[in-house]
Amino acid sequence: MADDTLFSQVLDPANRADPYPLYARLRETPVARQSDGKVVVSTHAAIRSLVFDPRLSSEDLPPSRRPRTGNPLKDWFLNPLKDRVANAHRPLIFRDPPAHDALRGFVMAEFGVERVRALHGRVSSLVDALIENCRGRDEVCLVEDLSYPLPVAVICDLLGVPEADEPQFQAWATQLATALEPDARGDEATRRANVAAFDAIASYMRALIKAKRRHPTGDMLSGLAARGASGEARMGEVDLISTAILLLVAGHETTVNLITNGMLTLLRHPDELERLKSEPARAPRVIEELLRYEPPVHFRTRKALGDIDIGGTIIPKGTAIILLFAAANRDPARFADPDRFDPDRPDIQHFGFGGGLHYCVGAPLARIQAEIALLALCRRLHDPRLLADPPPYRPGASLRGPEMLGISITGIT
Amino acid sequence: MSGTPEPLGIAIVGASLAGLRGAEALRLNGYDGPLSIVGDEPYRPYDRPPLSKHVLAGELAAGATQLPNLVSLDARWHLGQAAIKLDREARIIALAGGTALSFDRLLIATGAQARPWPDPEAARLSGVHTLRGRDDAADLRAALVKNPGRVVIVGAGLIGCEAASCCRDLGLPVTLIDPNPTPLARSLGGAIGGVIAGCLRDAGVDFRPGTQVRALEGDGAVRRVALSNGAAIDADLVIVALGAVRATGWLAAAALMADAGGVTCDGACRVLTADGTAVPEIYAAGDVARWPIPLYDGRLVSIEHWGNAVEQARHAARNMLAAPDDQRPYDHLPAFWSSQFGINIKAVGLTEGADSLAVVQGSLAARRFLAVYGQAGRSIAAVSFDEARWLPAYAERVAARRPFPPIRDANDQPAITSLPPGFPPPRAARHHGVAMGGAHG
Ligand SMILES: Cc1cc2nc3c(=O)[nH]c(=O)nc-3n(C[C@H](O)[C@H](O)[C@H](O)COP(=O)(O)OP(=O)(O)OC[C@H]3O[C@@H](n4cnc5c(N)ncnc54)[C@H](O)[C@@H]3O)c2cc1C
Ligand code: HEM
Repeated sequence: MADDTLFSQVLDPANRADPYPLYARLRETPVARQSDGKVVVSTHAAIRSLVFDPRLSSEDLPPSRRPRTGNPLKDWFLNPLKDRVANAHRPLIFRDPPAHDALRGFVMAEFGVERVRALHGRVSSLVDALIENCRGRDEVCLVEDLSYPLPVAVICDLLGVPEADEPQFQAWATQLATALEPDARGDEATRRANVAAFDAIASYMRALIKAKRRHPTGDMLSGLAARGASGEARMGEVDLISTAILLLVAGHETTVNLITNGMLTLLRHPDELERLKSEPARAPRVIEELLRYEPPVHFRTRKALGDIDIGGTIIPKGTAIILLFAAANRDPARFADPDRFDPDRPDIQHFGFGGGLHYCVGAPLARIQAEIALLALCRRLHDPRLLADPPPYRPGASLRGPEMLGISITGIT
Repeated sequence: MSGTPEPLGIAIVGASLAGLRGAEALRLNGYDGPLSIVGDEPYRPYDRPPLSKHVLAGELAAGATQLPNLVSLDARWHLGQAAIKLDREARIIALAGGTALSFDRLLIATGAQARPWPDPEAARLSGVHTLRGRDDAADLRAALVKNPGRVVIVGAGLIGCEAASCCRDLGLPVTLIDPNPTPLARSLGGAIGGVIAGCLRDAGVDFRPGTQVRALEGDGAVRRVALSNGAAIDADLVIVALGAVRATGWLAAAALMADAGGVTCDGACRVLTADGTAVPEIYAAGDVARWPIPLYDGRLVSIEHWGNAVEQARHAARNMLAAPDDQRPYDHLPAFWSSQFGINIKAVGLTEGADSLAVVQGSLAARRFLAVYGQAGRSIAAVSFDEARWLPAYAERVAARRPFPPIRDANDQPAITSLPPGFPPPRAARHHGVAMGGAHG
């Protein structure tokens, strides 16, 4: 089937740099069934209708099953127990209502405008320091020098993880990001490494939460841990841990990609880079258009809880569904001249942060980081030029972004 | 009639939601001729939904409800002047102040008025209120903050229930009276109305279902509400919430198909003469219009909801500027919202004629659910209590006339069983057999 080869081409790393022509062909069949039974949905209208469909489930993970260790106590007793606990306490991104809503409610209550606004200063000084580190060089590797270290530092700050532990967090975040990558979950070596990282971060979090309960420090983890102290509903410890890990993982690689894709796109559109420099107020529009044009998350998977009637076809109950957000973002039926990067377009209703009930809770924080980072880069780097176009990409097709982004510069302001 | 006629152009009578959105659509569609807007209230167009919610609650002043102008209108406003007569042949509208307004095209957007208490003398007693306009809301709010004794609300429709909810939030003792077994019986049926009955109970409202009010009694000020079962309730303040009648009195001499149920239009929003021919230059939109709704097989309806006023006015404006052979039919999925007892209610479709009801997500007991109405196996309407996020999925299927229930195997879905929706028998035809879809009156 033609449809089939199209999506396998999307997964093929050879097409990572420019998957958009494939997306255009996929959109010709808005709901495209693959030979393995999966369905790929790629138009704006179809995705819009699906993310608001109550028959779509995010509990599509195969249940967690720890790889065998050869130790009978572990293989027959401890690990199955751990698996049971983990499966019952998946993070909210893999939960359906009503459990999802309760968990999300706790997070939203702690993700207020004030808390996000308070991070502004911290993000600015981090960005300034990271750029300052590049002084004297004539080449910057954006991913390593800025995009990568920034989001982890910010999330640690948000959660209340001590600065000294940040390097450790960075390593865990990198490893666990693969757990969000739908096409990498099955691999045996990855699973082993994920389990190890998960166990390590979970026990770290357990201790940290205990400490926050004893001595609240005004950060998000203290807030989540204290919530319910006065008798209201409260998040259990295992949910608390899985939520904290989710915040780290969901807010890390995504933000890395937004900043990197952002700079890449601006360097490919020098006139836009210049305009942003002279009109900083343009930044929010630029960021929204980036989230449409080069979104960090290209697709997410779901499962059909029942037969879903959509656009004249039926997606049968039990089908795995791929919501190809990045293809919807370039749908000419919704966006005029969709392959043009144009921050002035009147309609930028993208799926960069998803849509419906799993819409990104970290969106305001992601926007702030991208805005501050891109503005500072435009303002401070002298005569920036891409060293390689396209840059090399990491293998992930869903969390898609450059592995590195080399930029030559003549100085720093 | 005195004065020189104004220059020709488009006239809009009724300066509220439909009038304003219609005027804007005319300008957006390129009409640049003279535009007159007539309204009997002294105010620029304002929004009514907050009146029975935020304004009564004291969160918003009655005067702070003005509708934003989305487009510059460059219109002549005749505010505080009622249209009293339409001369259709001469294309002249007589205004109460004596002005005569000529037009070559007219949009009728006079909406509806609160149905008054049937005994005019009793209706004039001080302490007897209705709620339709901004002044009504301001008066009622002023009376409520004076901490009256018992408030009696006659009629447990949407506005009666919203008012009851606000009064309880203010700590006032409230009695709510309705002839039906549950509140919201006409708009949502007894099964869903029962949920609101539970809210009334929990909020401490003295709800009297199955009860008729015989008389409002007093001496200058209202003192008592006499019930037809012989009982009487002492009352210092009475809110008459008996629905609305369409403001068509000024059309009496125009030989149009108009009565207290609205002015009848064809599918393209053009009004019909008494003998049923469409008048090419006169359109109607909003609460006042009665029209054949395609989604419900051309049944004549008049929809008393905000969303229809906006959409229908825009549609009528479009057709007013289009050629006679380019008149598009108006189709619409009726929808309304309400907030009461801390619950956000949203509904789509027309429930009238429903023979079954299914709770498809959540539960009635939790007061958080989505329910669908069916008629002869087709999904005709859906309502959500604090579950609005899924409503568009159901709305899409109601609009597509999908089988009942339209969605199976949703998340958080109970075993679906079909219940009787519990609608009261149709009331004696007040308006010549007009269906009123869950009126906000
Ligand atoms: C208290 C209240 C709460 C509501 N809440 C909701 C809600 O939550 N959700 C929802 O969907 N809907 C709600 N509605 C209904 C919604 O407000 C109406 O559907 C909407 O206002 C209709 O707009 P309209 O312009 O057609 O009519 P109207 O708003 O009734 O406006 C008609 C205007 O014409 C004027 N007029 C009448 N006769 C004449 C005349 N002869 N000459 C000149 N002017 C005249 C009237 O004074 C009025 O200003 C509510 C209504 C009320 C009263
Ligand atoms: C540019 C940066 C980001 C992008 C592009 C992004 C994108 C997304 C997308 C597409 C989803 C929807 C997933 C789905 O539908 O399955 C999502 C969900 C989520 N994001 Fe983000 N995200 C970003 C940053 C962040 C940050 C900084 C945080 C937190 C600190 C965060 C936390 C979350 C969480 C918790 C969810 C799950 C919400 C739910 O299931 O209800 N994200 N994000």
